[in-house]
Amino acid sequence: MNKHFLKTLLLTATLIFTSLGVSIAEPKKGGTLIAAVGNSPRHLNPAVQSGIVTGFPGAQLFATPIRYDNNWEPQPYLAESWEISDGGKTVRLNLVKDAVFHDGVPIKSSDVKFSLETIKKNHPFKTMFAPVVSVETPDEHTAILKLSSPHPALMLAMSSQLMAIIPEHVYGDGQDPKTHPQNSENVVGSGPFKLVEFKSGEHIILERFDDFFIDGRPYLDKMVLKIIKDPATRTIGLENGEIDFYAFENVARNIVRLKKNDNLTVTPDGYAAIGPIDWLAFNTKTGKTADVNVRRAIAYAIDRNFILKAIMLGVADEARTGIHPGSPFYEPNVEPYNLDIDKANKILDDAGYKKGSDGMRFGLTVDFGWPGLKPNAEYTKAALKKIGIDVTVRASADFPTWAKTVSNHNFDLTWDTVFNWGDPVIGVHRTYQTSNIKKGVIWSNTQQYSNPKVDAIMEKAGVENDMDKRKALYSELQKMLANDLPVYWTNTLPYHTIYSKKVGNPPMGIWATSSPMDMTYIKD
Amino acid sequence: MLLVLLVVVVLNFLMLHLAPGDIADTIAQTMGGADEQDMAELRKQYGLDQPFFIQLFNYVVRVALLDFGHSHFYNLPVFDLIMERFPATLLLVFSAQILSLFVGILLGVYAAQNPYGLSSLFVNMFSLFGYAAPVFWTGILLLIAFSLHIPIFPVSGMRDITIESDNFFVHFFDVLRHLFLPMITLASIFFAYYSRLCRASMLEVLGADFVRTAKAKGLSKKDVLLKHALKNSLSPVITFAGLSFSAVVSGAILVETVYSWPGLGTLAFNSIISRDTPVLLGILIFSTLMVTVGNLLTDLTLKALDPRIKI
Repeated sequence: MNKHFLKTLLLTATLIFTSLGVSIAEPKKGGTLIAAVGNSPRHLNPAVQSGIVTGFPGAQLFATPIRYDNNWEPQPYLAESWEISDGGKTVRLNLVKDAVFHDGVPIKSSDVKFSLETIKKNHPFKTMFAPVVSVETPDEHTAILKLSSPHPALMLAMSSQLMAIIPEHVYGDGQDPKTHPQNSENVVGSGPFKLVEFKSGEHIILERFDDFFIDGRPYLDKMVLKIIKDPATRTIGLENGEIDFYAFENVARNIVRLKKNDNLTVTPDGYAAIGPIDWLAFNTKTGKTADVNVRRAIAYAIDRNFILKAIMLGVADEARTGIHPGSPFYEPNVEPYNLDIDKANKILDDAGYKKGSDGMRFGLTVDFGWPGLKPNAEYTKAALKKIGIDVTVRASADFPTWAKTVSNHNFDLTWDTVFNWGDPVIGVHRTYQTSNIKKGVIWSNTQQYSNPKVDAIMEKAGVENDMDKRKALYSELQKMLANDLPVYWTNTLPYHTIYSKKVGNPPMGIWATSSPMDMTYIKD
Repeated sequence: MLLVLLVVVVLNFLMLHLAPGDIADTIAQTMGGADEQDMAELRKQYGLDQPFFIQLFNYVVRVALLDFGHSHFYNLPVFDLIMERFPATLLLVFSAQILSLFVGILLGVYAAQNPYGLSSLFVNMFSLFGYAAPVFWTGILLLIAFSLHIPIFPVSGMRDITIESDNFFVHFFDVLRHLFLPMITLASIFFAYYSRLCRASMLEVLGADFVRTAKAKGLSKKDVLLKHALKNSLSPVITFAGLSFSAVVSGAILVETVYSWPGLGTLAFNSIISRDTPVLLGILIFSTLMVTVGNLLTDLTLKALDPRIKI
């Protein structure tokens, strides 16, 4: 073998690795990751508490049966394999043999059964495991889920923070799992890290679990999650190197600022399953917005590009429907409602809403659920003035005030951010289902939108096992919704992960930090 | 006194009850949604489904028995939550108050010596700047200056959790390093009050007969200023410091938020947002206590300065 051949071989290999984006560097063991979190979690048990704030520590403390790769493909985790049979009505999980909880007790199929039953009873996302009728445990390492109907959403529901495997011998002691003292202290988990200390409002310290069921992982010795509420303080901390990692940053000007820092990587990757979307919701039952013509005119008068460029400073993506653009079910070929003031005016004229002597047709109110959406509400006022709608911006003192107003249906228009949570069955259906019009419940169908055809498609898509057929059903759903327009979707919430160059393998899958960080490491 | 406390408790309870939304809404927020049944269950669990007067009565009875209840949000005893954070706030508030008094008086004395000169103008401008600038803005500016561009101080928290030393002094200096910027920020609001008050009071005293006598006796300028004039002009400053103690406590909420200082301020802020009524009521009772103690200390100081005062 001559030198020239060897050189060529080496060059080819390097080019292949580089083009595939494969890191040749071997992950290094040891080190402490200092991360920031924007809010204090209520507690750390994701089996009975949803939300991304619990999700970050929760996914490190507790393992789930499966995990997902970047391409929405399920991968083995606590279940080393699985079989789906009986037309999707039986799911058999074959558990890893030597897995133990943080207290050394083996993880058994009865723990899987207990966890699923606890989640089904206490977790707010009832649709996740609703069709699961029973869990059979023929042996210690096999759990068989029996379903009343096929339920393709089940796979995503068994990943991320959604199906934490909790020990029956700890959380099954008869106390209410929602208020169990070991949700915050002496947490006994099944994940790659165990709890050292949780001080609400201050920090969460996690350390490597040496007996984790994946050999050699996790790479990090310790994770320190500092709770820092103020976005400006977090930004300075990242800039001066005091914080190595922060996920879920959504303040556009901070993202733009941090992108300029050479020591940091700023990326929007990793949030496809979380799927946060900003939208303008309409009250479709009462007032002027009950008329679909009014809703369409409003959509034509609001410039999505203005929101993307001027308010979001170019860091958010367009979202034309209620399904996140990163989801395999996203259908971009719907009526986009691009800015067209003339058309908007014509729709209103034709519908009989004539302009008065002051140039105005009628008045509406607009609320906003989060402080970050205030500019959207103010822009709505300016935009709708052009079509003769006099908008009053109503500022709520805080979240509960807004939630009370909107959930009791006392609104015309409201800006909101809502999450997909993986499968449309979990986070999308709830906004449009007639059966989910529930007064007093936020993020139910507060638009009070009802279309039997839409209900029927969702019901069908929810049980369809064939991926292509399911995609076709959701495509049809998105087109129908864009036509009826109970909500005008504008953009994704620009969640970004920011990390120091010394951090290797940050969580870039579909679940961001709501997934285990056993592969994350600190470089030399 | 007990009647006042009862009125405070009842009024606080009423105000919190009037705020729209409740803990069930905020738990639904952290959950990304909740169904009707869950929310009804939560309201029942926390007694929010009962009539207002029964809720009030139950709370007053519990407080009378020194039981502050459980946090609805964190599911921890309110007393433990408060006691965990009380020392941090106490440290911040007292150190800021002492610093602002010390610097304020120093600037006031300095300005009083040449009331219409350039230095006096400078002192006025400096202190007024601190007074006029919003405290969170001052905080962020100090962070940018001394954590980012000249990285001497940490951006957040009260201690460095990665320090693994058993040495007391290592931890002591670590807390001091974390305390510095929040303390300066909180104190900056009050520099103006104390320096201007001290300056005015000094000017008045410097014109008094006993000062002229002291000067005529041939005492040094330093003795006249510090031993005779200052001591006699401190009373209004100290009185005002006592009165403004509650303002320092409320200022601490903003400062603690900017610096993630783990004190009662951040807890209070979170409790308001999450409608965690038992925690908020507990904090209000504790801050009342803190202000009362602050006022008592003021009275004792005044008595030490002027023996004619009787407590």
